[in-house]
Amino acid sequence: MLVETTINGQTYSADVEPRTLLVHYLRDHLGLTGTNVGCDTSSCGACTIHIGGESVKSCTVLAVQARGAEITTIEGMAGDDGTLHPMQQAFMECHGLQCGYCTPGMVMAATSLLSENPNPTEAEVREGLEGNLCRCTGYHNIVKSVMAAAGSPVTIGAGS
Amino acid sequence: MIPAAFDYVEAESVDAAIAALTEHGDEAKLMAGGHSLIPLMKFRLATPGVIVDIGRMEGLNSIDDRGDHIAIGALTRHMSVETSELLGAEAPLLKHVASQVGDPSVRHRGTIGGSLAHGDPASDLPAAILALGATLVAKGPGGEREIAATDFFTGFLETALADDEMLTEIRVPKMAGAGWSYQKFNRRAQDWAIVGVAAVSNGSTSLSLVNMGPTPMRASAAEAAINGGGSIDDAAAAAADGASPPDDLNGDAAYRTHLASVLVRRALTEAQG
Ligand SMILES: Cc1cc2nc3c(=O)[nH]c(=O)nc-3n(C[C@H](O)[C@H](O)[C@H](O)COP(=O)(O)OP(=O)(O)OC[C@H]3O[C@@H](n4cnc5c(N)ncnc54)[C@H](O)[C@@H]3O)c2cc1C
Ligand code: FES
Ligand code: FES
Repeated sequence: MLVETTINGQTYSADVEPRTLLVHYLRDHLGLTGTNVGCDTSSCGACTIHIGGESVKSCTVLAVQARGAEITTIEGMAGDDGTLHPMQQAFMECHGLQCGYCTPGMVMAATSLLSENPNPTEAEVREGLEGNLCRCTGYHNIVKSVMAAAGSPVTIGAGS
Repeated sequence: MIPAAFDYVEAESVDAAIAALTEHGDEAKLMAGGHSLIPLMKFRLATPGVIVDIGRMEGLNSIDDRGDHIAIGALTRHMSVETSELLGAEAPLLKHVASQVGDPSVRHRGTIGGSLAHGDPASDLPAAILALGATLVAKGPGGEREIAATDFFTGFLETALADDEMLTEIRVPKMAGAGWSYQKFNRRAQDWAIVGVAAVSNGSTSLSLVNMGPTPMRASAAEAAINGGGSIDDAAAAAADGASPPDDLNGDAAYRTHLASVLVRRALTEAQG
C-alpha cells in the first residue's frame, strides 16, 4: 500500500505492507535512521517522533495509519544551516546524554511536552517524560536540559 | 517484532466500519489508536486477517454537554479527556483517570472507546466508567443500543459488544460536586495498576476495582457495607469479597487482596473527605 507522508517538511512515499510499523517505514524504507528502536514493545520511547506536533511511539503505529500525516523526526529539529534546536542545544550544554541512544526520543518527547506545557515544574518534566527510558544518565541532566530549554534552569541533586 | 500479515481496510464512517465487520466476520478487528491491538499483534497474540481502521474517521472525537450528561465520542484520545475543562467541571474522576493511563505518547494515540472495548481488567478507564455509572452506545447492523457500564464487561478481554458492533459513544452522568478518588497502585513510572480503586460519592457511594479479577468490576460488597451505614473500615475489609485477583510477577492474590483493602480505605477517605 502506498504510504505518502510529509516528514520534516518534505514529501515522502513508499509502497509498504500494511503491517509495516512506522518506525521501519522511516528507517528501512526512507533511510531516516535518526529514530531508534530500543525495546520494540512500546515502553522505552527511543522511537518517539511527532505526528501533528504530538509525541508518539513510532514502534506502536502502523505506517498506513500515518498516511497524509505531518511527521517530525529528530532529523527535522536542527535548522537547515545546522543550528541546533534549542532543546538539542540544552541537552548538549547540560550533558543530557551519555551514549545518546535514548536522546532522539527524549528530544522529541520533551519538545512535545513543552508545546503542551511551556513552563513545567521539575516534577511535571519527570512525569511528562515517564514514557522515555534512559539507561545512562540517571535522568537528572535530562530534566535539567528540559528545564533549561523551557527557560527555567534548575539545580538538581547535590554537587550538580 | 512485526505483526502477521493482514488486509487493511479504512472505514470512513461508522456504517462503513459495521459493513466491513459484517463482511469479514470474526476475521476482522477494528483498530482505533492501536495501542492495545498493535502490541498484541507484534507478539502474535492477535492475528486478525483484516484490520478495519476507524482511527482516521471524522467525528466521534468530541466531548459534548448534553444537559444531564456528557457525551464522549468513542474515538476521543486519552489526552483530550485529560485536558477537557468540561469533564473537569462535571466528571473530574474521568479526567483524572485518563491522565493516569500509560505516558503522554500513549495518551496521544489511545482512545477511550478502544480502552473500554478492549476490556482489560488491568486498565484504568473501565474502573472510572463503572464508578460513574456511565452508559455506552453501540451501533451494529440492526441499529443503535445502549449498554450500562455494569453490563458491559463480560469476561477476560470480552465485552457485551457483538462481533459486528462498534462502540460509538460514552455517556457520563454529570456529577459536579460529587466526591471522588482514584487510587492507582504501581511500582514503576508509566506502568499499569497492580491494583486500582475508583470511588464516587454522590449521596451513595460507588466503588470499582482494577486488576482484581478477569474483568473490570464494581466492589459490590464494599459498596453495600458503606451504603448500609458501615464504616470505612467495614468497607475496606470487604474490598476483595467476590473478587478473584490474579497471581503474577507483580504480586500474588493475597497481596492484591491486601492492596484492595488499603486502596478502598484511601479512596473512601478521599472521596468522602
Ligand atoms: C506502553 C503502553 C502503556 C499503557 N498503559 C496503560 C495504562 O497504564 N492504563 C490503561 O488503562 N491503558 C494503558 N495502555 C493501553 C492504552 O490505554 C490503549 O490506548 C487502550 O487500551 C486501547 O485504545 P486504542 O484506541 O489504542 O485501541 P486499539 O488498540 O485500537 O483497540 C483495542 C481493542 O478494542 C477494539 N476497539 C477499538 N475501538 C473500538 C470501538 N470504537 N468499538 C468497538 N471495538 C473497538 C479493537 O478491535 C481492539 O480489540 C497502555 C498502552 C501502551 C502501549
Ligand atoms: S522502541 Fe518504541 S517504545 Fe521502545
Ligand atoms: S544516554 Fe544512553 S540511554 Fe540515555
